[in-house]
Amino acid sequence: MTIKDFIDTNTFTLVNDGNNHDVELTGCYCCDLLSIAMGHAPQGCVWVTVMNNVNTLAVASLAECGCVVLACGVALDDVFLAKAAEQNITVFKTELPVFEAALKAHELL
Amino acid sequence: MSTSDSLHFQYTVSKDDFTHAGSASSDVKNKLKKMNVSAAAVRKVSIAMYEGEINMIIHAYGGTIDVDIYEDRIVMCLKDTGPGIANIEEAMQEGFSTAPADVINLGFGAGMGLPNMRNNTDEFQIESEVGVGTTVTMTVYF
Ligand SMILES: Nc1ncnc2c1ncn2[C@@H]1O[C@H](COP(=O)(O)OP(=O)(O)OP(=O)(O)O)[C@@H](O)[C@H]1O
Ligand SMILES: [Mg+2]
Repeated sequence: MTIKDFIDTNTFTLVNDGNNHDVELTGCYCCDLLSIAMGHAPQGCVWVTVMNNVNTLAVASLAECGCVVLACGVALDDVFLAKAAEQNITVFKTELPVFEAALKAHELL
Repeated sequence: MSTSDSLHFQYTVSKDDFTHAGSASSDVKNKLKKMNVSAAAVRKVSIAMYEGEINMIIHAYGGTIDVDIYEDRIVMCLKDTGPGIANIEEAMQEGFSTAPADVINLGFGAGMGLPNMRNNTDEFQIESEVGVGTTVTMTVYF
């Protein structure tokens, strides 16, 4: 499934469109510790996390995650949203807890 | 370009500057992509350099990163101005971390940065002197 298709399912709330619509999503990955995610998040994954600061975006960009899903309804501030826009990272949010969010993503892919 | 000529870039990294953390790594990533370096090599460089850059911000007083891009490889030299690492063998172990609570709250402190750097590079060298600083030199072949 491409990111465009994933957006169109309206499963999670899109908070930033990274304009990487053609990227093929490869799977789902969950972790909140940045250097573990950096070492293990597969390229093109849907990364589900509650870590809502700009360092998450740096890791998502450098490890080439497909998109980020912020779970548990964590708050996203303007600094975060500005960075996501600047770095062209597709970010969603959801009130669902991490496991439920990842399960939904997994079932869609 | 022959294997002995390089393109040289230098970046300054400032202590505790989380807003720009990763910008040097992003810049190098973009340069390599434009040079048509393989996606796999670009990803390894990005991961290794980011972990080094963030360590300079969190654990050290900042410093400079010198990057040399050759036809067949990239050499990254990250040099900070202290405080140095007393026991490098211990620091290199997966899970070892002295990260303070405020950066743990940001998602750091798993003690995986140095192992990620070693695992994503073809050559990895770390030298450190307590009170002076740490220099990490990493090479990735394309
Ligand atoms: N440039 C440095 N200057 C001083 N100490 C360092 C430096 N880099 C690493 N260290 C020491 O080595 C430890 C391990 O570093 P490593 O990057 O593996 O883990 P971390 O930074 O603590 O956590 P993580 O990278 O997983 O977020 C650090 O906690 C710190 O004590
Ligand atoms: Mg680290």
